[in-house]
Amino acid sequence: MAQHYIRVPFEDGVELELRAGDQVFLTGTIFTARDAAHKRMVEQLEKGEALPIDLTNQAIYYVGPTPAKPGAVIGSAGPTTSSRMDKYTPRLLQEGLKGMIGKGYRSKKVIDSIAENNAVYFAAIGGSGALLAQKIKSSELIAYEDLGTEAIRKIEVENFPCIVVNDHKGGDWYKESQANFKQS
Amino acid sequence: MKQITYEKIVEEVARLCQEANYDLGQDVIQAFEDSVKTETSEAGKSILNQLIDNANIATANRVPMCQDTGVSVFIVKLGQDCHITGGSLQDAINEGVRTGYEEGYLRYSIVDDPINRKNTGDNTPSVIHVELVEGEDLEIQMTAKGGGAENMSALKMLTPSDGLEGVKEFILNTVREAGPNACPPLVVGVGIGGNFESCAYLAKKSLFRPVGERHVQPDIAALEEEMIIEINKLGIGPQGMGGTTTALDIKIETAPCHIAALPVAVNLNCHASRHKHVRL
Repeated sequence: MAQHYIRVPFEDGVELELRAGDQVFLTGTIFTARDAAHKRMVEQLEKGEALPIDLTNQAIYYVGPTPAKPGAVIGSAGPTTSSRMDKYTPRLLQEGLKGMIGKGYRSKKVIDSIAENNAVYFAAIGGSGALLAQKIKSSELIAYEDLGTEAIRKIEVENFPCIVVNDHKGGDWYKESQANFKQS
Repeated sequence: MKQITYEKIVEEVARLCQEANYDLGQDVIQAFEDSVKTETSEAGKSILNQLIDNANIATANRVPMCQDTGVSVFIVKLGQDCHITGGSLQDAINEGVRTGYEEGYLRYSIVDDPINRKNTGDNTPSVIHVELVEGEDLEIQMTAKGGGAENMSALKMLTPSDGLEGVKEFILNTVREAGPNACPPLVVGVGIGGNFESCAYLAKKSLFRPVGERHVQPDIAALEEEMIIEINKLGIGPQGMGGTTTALDIKIETAPCHIAALPVAVNLNCHASRHKHVRL
């Protein structure tokens, strides 16, 4: 498995080089969104409205951080379970979204949609929110403020660690890695 | 008769909420350290080490180990000779949660209504189970229960002919289906017997036992030993990235049940198995 240090938003199709199992360190800006923000974004698209953020070549981090303590840029900020976003994901991939960071399995429909749209799904370590918060250098509220922790934030990350789970060639790291250790 | 004030309960509950979220129990940290030694996947070992680092950062910086600071679940053992003054037990606990979560910079993760879903903005109401016991003490056990692992939990009304094999199969299937979603390595809580609602409660209650501790009943202890081995053969591993540490531990509790029934509940806990208690 390769190691990559890459910038987000993705530039020059770099996301196409990523393969299931690769370790990736992301630097740049990404958006946070989870259940309620996804629901609202897709509802806006269905009504023909413009989204509050441009998703082209962007990555979304599925996270609802804890409140920042005084002097901190953000509270704890680890990934939440991605499957709850599955219903909304294909629509956002059509809008140019290229990367998603979360944890856990994706549906067949999302995996197919990742392949069709040349996108990539990363997992970060669930339950390591204190550690991952140290990789976040700034946080700015962008939209849906009324959603509280579920609002959309633009965050600046530096060497944010994650693993490629689903790549655009159909690679699935959960399947491949678990098969090596299955004894029953 | 012992008198305990409303204010005292508020203060203790607020402290429990913060400590549960900042300070991972030594039992879980020990289980991480033991698993690093036995885990055969290098990636799995690395994840376990990062979880130890994460717990250390949380404790040192007084920040939550996980952004999901959970539903606050309480099991309260109220002595029948204990008198709470100045307000109700439930109100005191909820006020303690409100204070603890606000002052501790913990996330508010509760919506007021399952359909309309408006955040209550203070992490209340909490889930409170009260058991009336002998004596005059008030014992409060608290867990911050994350949503990811709770979502992958399951209950099934098996019947007697399914037997112990059916129970084992249901436990393994639940863990298998949960995969990475429940944030392994898990602590698996199992209730066997009782009825529909008491079985689920047994499973939840089992999770309050320290990781690494076996059931006092030898046959249940043996079943726990057997199931931890079987679960760790599934290959899921830390964070579902493959490995031999799918669960840190399993806890099983049983109860009498109807002649027609064999309920089984599997309440999954992520590795952030956050439990604190106080006896007043």
